[in-house]
Amino acid sequence: MSAIVKLDEVYKSFGSNPVLKGVSFEVAKGEMIAVIGASGSGKSTALRCIDRLETIDEGTIEVCGIRVDDPKVDLHRLRLEVGIVFQSYNLFAHLTVQDNIVLALRHVKKKTRDEARRLALAVLEQVGLAQKAQAYPEQLSGGQQQRVAIARSLAMSPKVMLFDEVTSALDPQLTGEVLRVMEDLAADGMTMLLVTHEMAFAKRMADRIIYMHQGKVWEVGDGTMLDNPQTPELRAFLNNGL
Amino acid sequence: MHFSLNFSPLLPYWPVFLEGAWLTLKMTTVAVFFGVIVGTLVAFAKRGRSRVISRLCAIYIESVRNTPFLVQIFILYFGLASLGIRMPTFAAAALAMIINIGAYSAEIIRAGLEAVPRGQIEAAECLGLSRWRIGWHVMLQPSIEKVYPALTSQFVLMMQASAIASQISAEELTATANTVQSDTFRSLETYIVVALLYLALSLLIKLVAWAVGEYAFKRRRVLRLAAARAGRPVSDSRGLDAVVRGGAA
Amino acid sequence: MIGGFTTAHLLYLVQSIWWTLVLSALAFVLGSIGGFAIMLARISPRRWLRRTALVYIEAIQGIPLLILLFIVYFGLSVYGFQVPALVAAGLALMVYTSAYLGDIWRGCIEAMPKPQWEAAECLSLSRWQTLRLVIIPQAMRLALPPTVGFLVQVIKMTSLASVIGFVELTRAGQIIDNSIFQPFLVFGLVGAFYFILCYPLSRWSQSMESKLNVGNR
Repeated sequence: MSAIVKLDEVYKSFGSNPVLKGVSFEVAKGEMIAVIGASGSGKSTALRCIDRLETIDEGTIEVCGIRVDDPKVDLHRLRLEVGIVFQSYNLFAHLTVQDNIVLALRHVKKKTRDEARRLALAVLEQVGLAQKAQAYPEQLSGGQQQRVAIARSLAMSPKVMLFDEVTSALDPQLTGEVLRVMEDLAADGMTMLLVTHEMAFAKRMADRIIYMHQGKVWEVGDGTMLDNPQTPELRAFLNNGL
Repeated sequence: MHFSLNFSPLLPYWPVFLEGAWLTLKMTTVAVFFGVIVGTLVAFAKRGRSRVISRLCAIYIESVRNTPFLVQIFILYFGLASLGIRMPTFAAAALAMIINIGAYSAEIIRAGLEAVPRGQIEAAECLGLSRWRIGWHVMLQPSIEKVYPALTSQFVLMMQASAIASQISAEELTATANTVQSDTFRSLETYIVVALLYLALSLLIKLVAWAVGEYAFKRRRVLRLAAARAGRPVSDSRGLDAVVRGGAA
Repeated sequence: MIGGFTTAHLLYLVQSIWWTLVLSALAFVLGSIGGFAIMLARISPRRWLRRTALVYIEAIQGIPLLILLFIVYFGLSVYGFQVPALVAAGLALMVYTSAYLGDIWRGCIEAMPKPQWEAAECLSLSRWQTLRLVIIPQAMRLALPPTVGFLVQVIKMTSLASVIGFVELTRAGQIIDNSIFQPFLVFGLVGAFYFILCYPLSRWSQSMESKLNVGNR
């Protein structure tokens, strides 16, 4: 089974500051991978490089057979395969919830207005927010906005979804509703790569957990890795409760 | 020393005054329509990747904003005439106004574009939307809503600046006033009447602008109604910006 | 020189800049005094003062400066005063400036947070003392960029005085152009001179404004 996402010896610096120092890992179809680590470990950067929000200096990244590191990469094709959800939701504030989802469906996937609306409502139903279709983002709670953001990406039928610390900006009771939606996605077989601080969630749901430290993949394992850290750095990280 | 204001000789000129007001309105509408299009293009061009084009836009904007409208209209009208191009005065005045509004609205719209959160643009890129689509749906629409008060204040100022077009004998309200007062010798009364007409026009433009805003920006209306229903206070901050914008002339 | 434009012409233009500056200064200084009074009236606890000042501002802001100029000029002559164009223009500009500055400054004062007023009140400061010692010093920082921005407007507005015959920069340009018919050259130069006067002030105003915004983040 070929990997949906493949990183191989990826190096990236911001100016003179090296952030990724040789990162390699693969994500197979239907897997949920959680990436954990302290701030500055490079985990968010690695995620953003996969969807080409940042370019890499060395190494290769492959998504569904597309070489992301290729300077001539077909961004349009890439972004049809990859969905990304951000920490700050990034909903379009001037559009209703439904229009947020309809926008790309109509103009990127070329659906008709009615098709797009039906699809949007279906995906909103999936995240439990169909009744908020005509509301504006600022009328929703953080958790609701994040669920809409997930729906917006999901509506594009991506092959893999990336989640960049999507619950970090939410307080505990709102975090739960977002995690539930992500559980449902996983159960439906979506390939997911999450950068997260939610250790309990990662332990329970992730097929594999990748611990990153100072720009490198430091330790990889399944949920049991969190009970039995092999390296002192991971042990220190877990003890700090981060 | 004794005087009295006598408006009666002006009464038969009512249709003339209204004609003048109508011409001013027409001139302003044409200028605003094309001026905003020019301003939008310049705003995007200034933020674009080409440094040369960005520089040219800056020169255009700063030249217009730091010279008097009277001088601009002289350069355009008499300058073109000296090259053998004789434009009708209405067209020349409208053109000068378009160039003027273009510069001022470019700055206003550019400020609105810069205020769009970077994250929304990234999200739009990641959804696969093309640059044009992002520019229109994600950047321009919320920007126009945000800078709408400042933009409409500029339109009112431009309508008032149209009075200057009388200096190249364009047909509008002030030129009408000049004609009437030389006919009737009641100069003060004439200009008082015309001042009141300009006031009425300013109010009319503000009203139309408000109505267009209510219709186009559904979001504000929806949010305001929802807040009112919940008994919450609404934040509709017009703020300092609308007050503080400089003049067009 | 080019097409009949001599150094004498150039000198004539440059000398007329002096009158542009005189009229600008007159309008701005007198207009500031008037504007301050209008601002006080707009924030006065007395309703009739607030209302009157509001009507004044709305009326002046609703009419073109050119019309106001004509009203002052013809109004004065109806009264029997034969005033030099400088006085008429100065008066009209002063009225116009006072309305706009008054409105701008009122906005700045109202932007000062209520707790400032409350704190001063609890210290037994009178309303006037609060204004003088607490509110205005802080509001000045906010008011400086738009005020300098309006000064640029004033300089440009002096060009309208040419219409009633006052010889400032624009009128000087018209006089020269009427004799040698070189509009691009003459008015181009006139525009350039206005630009030299206005651009530094515009930049100053913009840089002040961006420094303010950095502070507010």
